[in-house]
Amino acid sequence: MTYNPMSRRNFLGLAAGAAGAAALAACGSSGPENSGGGSTNGGGSGGGASYWSLSGPPGEPVRKESIKRFNDANSGTKIEEFYYQNDAYKQKIKTALGANQAPTMIWGWGGGGLKEYVAANQVEDLTDWFGQNAAVKDKILPSSFGAATVNGKIYAMPIETVQPIVLFYNKKAFEKIGAQPPQSWGDIMALVPKFNAQKIAPFSLAGQSRWTNMMWLEFLLDRTAGSEVFDRVFAGEKDAWSDPAVLDMLTKIQDLVKANGFQKGFSSTAADSNADQALLYTGKAAMMVHGSWSYGIQVAQGGNFVKDGGLGWMNFPPVEGGKGDPTNTVGNPGQYLSISSKASAEAKETAKKFFSTTLVDDAEKAAWVKSGGVPVLKGSESLFQGADAQFLKDMAAIANGAKTFAQSWDQALSPTAAETLLDNIAKLFQNQVSPQQWVDAMNGVIGK
Amino acid sequence: MTAIAPPVVRTKKSTGSSGGRSGPVLWMALPAFVWFVLFGIVPLLGVVALSFTTWNGIGEIVPSGLDSWKATLQDPGLPNALWVTFLIMALSWAVQTPMSILLGVFLATSKRYREFLAVLFFIPLLLSSAAIAITYKALLDPSFGLGSGLGVEWLNQDWLGKSTLAMGVLIFIVSWQFIPFHTLIYQGAVRQIPTSMYEASQIDGAGRVRQFLSITLPQLKYTIITSSTLMVVGSLTFFDLIYVLTGGGPGDSTRALALLMYRQGFQANLMGPASAIAVILVLVGLGLSLLLRRLGGRGDESQLEGA
Repeated sequence: MTYNPMSRRNFLGLAAGAAGAAALAACGSSGPENSGGGSTNGGGSGGGASYWSLSGPPGEPVRKESIKRFNDANSGTKIEEFYYQNDAYKQKIKTALGANQAPTMIWGWGGGGLKEYVAANQVEDLTDWFGQNAAVKDKILPSSFGAATVNGKIYAMPIETVQPIVLFYNKKAFEKIGAQPPQSWGDIMALVPKFNAQKIAPFSLAGQSRWTNMMWLEFLLDRTAGSEVFDRVFAGEKDAWSDPAVLDMLTKIQDLVKANGFQKGFSSTAADSNADQALLYTGKAAMMVHGSWSYGIQVAQGGNFVKDGGLGWMNFPPVEGGKGDPTNTVGNPGQYLSISSKASAEAKETAKKFFSTTLVDDAEKAAWVKSGGVPVLKGSESLFQGADAQFLKDMAAIANGAKTFAQSWDQALSPTAAETLLDNIAKLFQNQVSPQQWVDAMNGVIGK
Repeated sequence: MTAIAPPVVRTKKSTGSSGGRSGPVLWMALPAFVWFVLFGIVPLLGVVALSFTTWNGIGEIVPSGLDSWKATLQDPGLPNALWVTFLIMALSWAVQTPMSILLGVFLATSKRYREFLAVLFFIPLLLSSAAIAITYKALLDPSFGLGSGLGVEWLNQDWLGKSTLAMGVLIFIVSWQFIPFHTLIYQGAVRQIPTSMYEASQIDGAGRVRQFLSITLPQLKYTIITSSTLMVVGSLTFFDLIYVLTGGGPGDSTRALALLMYRQGFQANLMGPASAIAVILVLVGLGLSLLLRRLGGRGDESQLEGA
């Protein structure tokens, strides 16, 4: 995650600009301006469509390549592309939607954010289109459609990669204390004092970023109680967090914090500088729960760490007596592309053509594999070759073998509930709230 | 430092004006006035209007009466944010004011090496808050920061992860950043004090400390008020620094009003309550600057009587 630091002037402009959506759009822009043709009216010649997405490797080069492929193959139509940093994008897209200036294609994470777009009638219902183009739908992993579906209808196309969250570990650190990777929660708690005695942090955690802490809760709740508890929260059932398993899980987390399970000063560590991953590959920490995208970062920044076989990975271990299926995983079941309902008919056609051709072709699949990810497109296993083959195979096995592939909570819930969630998770890790207070606070925003 | 409250214009009662009355003077204020109405008053009214609605920033704006206000005033986050804002204000004032005065007095004497030092002191003022925040964050990183780089163990604290430490770090950085600015103000003000006062006091046998307490400080009264107003009102708008440095954390221990507003509006998509907080922020700012003007006395008595 990257921050987009705004100047105070810009910020005041934003706050003041809240007066009118148009003013908002004018003041909030910190990225490239959308020039004429690519806007909502889709104008331009030959049904040009616009596309906004995230900047930075490993994704941006692959996205650019796809659009180039499409534009080269369709000389009559053109997709205009704009890239923004993660946090800047989240704000920019919201502002643009509010001002009816959204791009033709809206890139996103599905789930709660998509639900909000749907409620505001901002995105096209693609159910019928997928019905007519069953061949396109068949090329995509079925588990990826969950987060694209709102009230039984599909509003987005799953694209790019499947990113389960896994437990990474430093093999050298384990050799040093002569132990094996944990097979259960009990193992984890037993390993903590052993690593601490060797002055190695048992787990690396970028606690300032909050969503990093959340991954722990997602796994622990799933392993203790199965996926049903969060499903009830997601469905908006009253007091759904008041499950004894939630209290149990929260207590376990605080026990781990109290036992110095994370590196000293973990609350000061932020994920945007990749300091948490640096702790793992420099051997200052032994384990880390992180998204599969971390692999690419460690390859790129960790010197010979990954190449020399220093990095190990596994699915999160089960909890003794827990009801959850240990094959379950959480993370991003895909990224998503929706079509703006305000776009012109030609622009929508162009977008749909992009969906049904370029986004499901073999070059797309190969490009994402090459970037170190597991594509949402079926049949990519044969492409896993070279140094990263084992990792990709294991990730695909985790993603495909999971009984449930749950979406990250902050993406699944509405932005309002997600913000309260992240806030309370940060306080939980700080011991600023007790498990019971956490449950009460979270029950308060169910269905909001 | 930007003050969100407009300075209160105090018009002098006819001082035997030399013709022309105030006609041309009003003309001169027109560009600023138009600008202020367009980008100050109009959005402000918009925010007030939005605070009586429900809007997620994407969909329809639905009027909802006092709902947003009720939600905001019942939110335990609000008193916390007010307290944090007040704490930042009070602590940064208490640190910055004495240091700025002393530095300003020190730099006011024209000596070569002091002018050189003055240039050095102003460097932090040239940097953007966001850049400063990113730099300090890197320096304070408990695993890869200054402490482990230099091998000084006590520097490896959980600087941004413990409530009190994070607040301390914040105050330190704010002071480091803005003391140069206030020093500049005080330096100018000290130079305005007639040297005859010091000469007279010297003849009466006053020492350095006595001169500082009996001449410099009283003469700086209005400067202190100006500088304090800038600090106090300016601290209400601290956003970029805190946002980048701690994001309001750990937990909510550095979540000032501006951050709470941002969080509600742009992260939780609750534009109604966010607007209500914005209105509160404006009221607090206006109230504080009015209060400080009052504290300053009438402002038309001479400070130079007998000089």
